[in-house]
Order: sequence, then C-alpha cells, then structure tokens
Amino acid sequence: MITKITDFSGDNGLAAPARLASEGSRTLRAGFIPLVDASVLIAASEFGFAQKEGIVLDLVKDVSWANVRDRLAFRQFDIAHMLSPMPVASMLGLGSNPSPANTAFSLGRGGNAITLSIQLYARMGQEASLNETASALEHAHALAKVIRAMKARSEPLPTLGVTYPFSSHNYEFRYWLAAGGIDPDHDVKLVVVPPPMTSDALAAGAIDGFCVGAPWNMVASERGVGRIVAAKHDIWPSAPEKVIGMRPEWVESNPETVSRLIVALDAAAHWCDQPDNHAALSEALGNSRYIAAPVDTIRRVLAGEFNLDDQGNRRIIDGYFQFHANFANYPRPSQALWIYTQMIRWGQAGLSSKGLTAAATAYRPDLYRLALGANAAPLLDDDLRVEGASDGDRFVDGHVFDPTRIADYLAKFPVKSSAIGNSSGEDI
Amino acid sequence: MTHLDLTILVIDENAIRASIIEEGLHEAGHSRVTVVHEVNGIARVIESLQPDVIFIDLENPNRDMMEHLFQLTRTVGRPIAMFVDRSDTASIEAAVDAGVSAYIVDGLKKERVKPILDMAVSRFNAFSRLQRELADAKSALEERKIVERAKGILMKMRSLSEEQAFALLRQTAMNEKKKIADIAQSVVTAAGLLM
Repeated sequence: MITKITDFSGDNGLAAPARLASEGSRTLRAGFIPLVDASVLIAASEFGFAQKEGIVLDLVKDVSWANVRDRLAFRQFDIAHMLSPMPVASMLGLGSNPSPANTAFSLGRGGNAITLSIQLYARMGQEASLNETASALEHAHALAKVIRAMKARSEPLPTLGVTYPFSSHNYEFRYWLAAGGIDPDHDVKLVVVPPPMTSDALAAGAIDGFCVGAPWNMVASERGVGRIVAAKHDIWPSAPEKVIGMRPEWVESNPETVSRLIVALDAAAHWCDQPDNHAALSEALGNSRYIAAPVDTIRRVLAGEFNLDDQGNRRIIDGYFQFHANFANYPRPSQALWIYTQMIRWGQAGLSSKGLTAAATAYRPDLYRLALGANAAPLLDDDLRVEGASDGDRFVDGHVFDPTRIADYLAKFPVKSSAIGNSSGEDI
Repeated sequence: MTHLDLTILVIDENAIRASIIEEGLHEAGHSRVTVVHEVNGIARVIESLQPDVIFIDLENPNRDMMEHLFQLTRTVGRPIAMFVDRSDTASIEAAVDAGVSAYIVDGLKKERVKPILDMAVSRFNAFSRLQRELADAKSALEERKIVERAKGILMKMRSLSEEQAFALLRQTAMNEKKKIADIAQSVVTAAGLLM
C-alpha cells in the first residue's frame, strides 16, 4: 500500500555536500507562535547558528496558526514554526486553506500537557479516590467516572480547550480521553482557545481543562487555577510536536538555502539540548519579542520540573523537552502516517491509498539527509518503523502502530468517530 | 434578485475599522451585513445567520477558533473555504497583506465575491493608512512641543533670542547627525537633571 516516495539522494553515507555560494547570504522571514517549542528556531537566530550558515532569520511573532498557515502560503513567510499535523493536513487538502506545505525538520519532542480545573480535579478525587501520584491513564479513568456521574444528574458536560483542529493537542487530548473510555465528540465539548488565553479562560470558568504547549500549563498550575494530569510524554513519548514548514515550490527553487537552514537548525537544536545552555536560552525566550513569560518558569519547564498545582506537588519528567537527542529532528514518515490515522479516527479524513501517499510526502527526510548526511540520520529502513513497540516509547493505551497496517490499527480503537467508515477515498 | 443578496458577516475587534467596512458594503448596495466585535458565541451567530461570506481580521487570535468551527461545518455540509479563486494569487496576497481574511461558502461564483473582497482589502488598507497618518501627526505634534520646551530652556539659561535658540538646536542636530527633536529631548532631559 505504501510506496517509497522519495529518492533519498543523501543516502550515500557522505557528509553534507560542499555549499555553493550561488544563493548567497539570505534573509528568511520566519513566522512563529510564542511557545517554548519554538526554541530551536529562536536559538538559531539569537545565538549565531543561522548567521554561521549565511542566513539571517527575521522572526515574526504571530497570533494564530491559521495566520501562520496563510502567511506561509501567500509568501509573507519563507518558513514557519508549525504544528506537526499542519503539513499533513495541507497535503491532504484539509482545512479552509490547504496550500501545500512540507517539513524537512522537526523542532523536537515534548512540551504539551493536559491541565484540568481545580474543581474538576477535586471531583475526580472524590469519585475515584485518586492519590497524588496517579498516572495519566488513572486520571483519564477518573474523569470518565466524573462524566458518567454528570450525565446521570444531567449536569452540563466539561468544555475542554485545544489550540487548532489539526494540532498535536487535539489528537493527544482525544487520545487520552479515549484511552479512559471518554468519547471526545459526545462526552465533552472540545473548543479552541489561543494558548496565551488558556489560563485566564480556565480561571474564568469558560473552560474546564485544556491541552496546550509550554509554558501555559505551568502558568495555570502556578496560579492555582489548574492541575496538570498528563504530559505529552505520558501519551506517546515519540510524538512529534512542532516542525519547520516550507512551501514545496520554495524548497525546489532554494535547495542550497534549505540545506544551510537545516544545518543551522541542527546545530541550534544540539545546543538547546545541553542543560548548561538553558539559562541563556530561558533568558532569550522570556524576552517580550518571543514568549514574554517569566524566565524562571521557562527554566523549570526546560528542566522538566513540573509544579502540578500550587500546593507544592511536583513531578520531574526526564527529557520533557527533547530538542535534538535520539533523532528528535528527523521528519519520520511513519509519524506523518500516525497523524493521518488520528485524522481518520476522528472523522477529519478518509482512508485511501492516495491519502497515504499525500500524508507521507508532507515529511521530507530526503532533504534532512541531503543536508546533514546519512550518518546524522536514523536507518533508512526505519522511516516506516513500528511505533510504540519498545520500552520507554509506549502509547498510553498500550496500542502499537504499524504504518503498513493502518486499517487494522484503526479497527482496534474502541472509541472513535461515528463518521469513520462513511468517508471514502473521494474525501481526499 | 441580483448579486447583492449575499449575507455578509464582518468580525473585527476594531469597531472603527468594522464600521468603515460596513459602510463600504452598504455603499456597494449590500444590505445584509452583520458586524460583530467579538468571537464569543460566534458559532450561534454563524448558525442563525448562515453567511455566504465572512471577513475576519488577522490580528484576532481567535481565528483558530473559526478554523475549528469550519472544520465542524464541513461535516454538516456547508463547507467554507478561504478565498474563492486560488488561481488569483495576487488578490489573495493583497488581502493577507492588508490583514484581512475571507471565508466563502462553497459554490459561490468568484464574480460575485471578488468585488466584495477587493472592497474589503482597499478599506483595510485605507484604515491602516489613516492610522499611520494619525500616529505621524501625533508624533509630529509631540516633537513640536518638545522643541518649544527646549527653545524656552535655552532662551532662559543662555539668554538667547527664540531664533538663536532654534538655530543652536538645528546646528547641533546637523553636527551630530540626529533629528532636531532628539536634540531637543536631550536638552529637556538634561535641564530636568540640572535644575
């Protein structure tokens, strides 16, 4: 069903080709949303990694993912910080402006978490006798109990915030809810809330929980309005988070700049992963031009030190942010296909062979290999590897994803959209 | 009915700009225009209004909420896409450049929508121009005020005439390759410290 799409011209074991000067020094306009997972892009600009490759990054802060998508599509941006599902959605023709976008570089793993309101969390404690160290799955089961009780008493069901319909947050929140036996389309109401507004929305009671990136979960828990009940790491440690998106047409006409950019981002990612650099990184990120959040909070987020609430309950997650290690930047096609399965699972897309090709081509490991050499990349045979099958890399519900058996994988989920199966290949 | 029977929704937190767009639509003969300033409860507005065209400004962080709504409408059979003719990139780029996005119900002919989009873009641009001019005028006024104060200080402290005081400021600005207002500001600041 799946064909190898790319020619992997970098697969010769050699280092990156000598860079020609033909494209010269370049200024790239790069759109980003103020989140810690934009670190690699910001560090590339702030700490000289882009400059070393003859690139000036003109970083432009934006307010919505839809804007980022449109400004990339209509040439106001050359490259953009994007949610990992955005290029996949664009290649599948989903969303209100599906202009093609590809990614050749993932900005790392981790950073998301699920936060519920203090009230909802207290009720989970009463219904399910949770202890302070309950797991993400135990929390999901406890929430399911609360929702059953709410339904029995005809109470309004919880309203939960995500960031964008084609976001890791949407799929991770749904994955976690469904793992606990909660139907995200019927048992709760999912809405979209811009990340910087999540903590206020929770405090005001407009929402009862949310799934967003750092530092916004920590901001809500430290204010005492929310309790962190699951981290991205608990749902699927290898899940890609943000990526660098580019127009395929731009990639074709600027091959040298693309390679130089990947080299610069790779160096910046390696730098961001070193704990010794976190003080400098936090300082830069906290600036009002970037995230405009307390430097101290960002530092703790980078270290994976979670304040779960304002009562002093803490948790330390090793590798909560992985900017570089374990091929965190490699745009692995199996991950694009996993994203596609979640789109199908929740009725956003239909399963077809055309869709499989479109989803897989959104991720461009060929460009990564070309720029960094095959030695810097994982084994080519692992491009369509089985996910969630090894210790330290399990899905929260224990399922294993084999990208060559997508229909079987989808059939195993007890909770999924009723629209599934109605959608045909024509959808794509 | 003519092409003018389209239902148009304008979402803009900037009330002045929204009213400029609304006026333009009315002038062009559109009567079914609704303007809202905030996105809270927008789902109900869209449901009851069933707009053919929606304009929303790009500064609005709640645009992602709109994307979510349109994703839902896709399943209920009233698909909405951004812009109407993907081949007309020049006019789309002009819109994004101007800071406005348009969502259009599936099946509408571009001849019907293009004039509305062009109008919105020109009004958005006119508004930005207006804002820029206002800001320029404001800072020009501020600069004039500060130069007046600096002149007064120089006249008093160095017993100069008004003309001499101004000439001194201008000469210093030229020598230091700075704006006269910047020199005036340093005079005012220095005087504040010294007196």
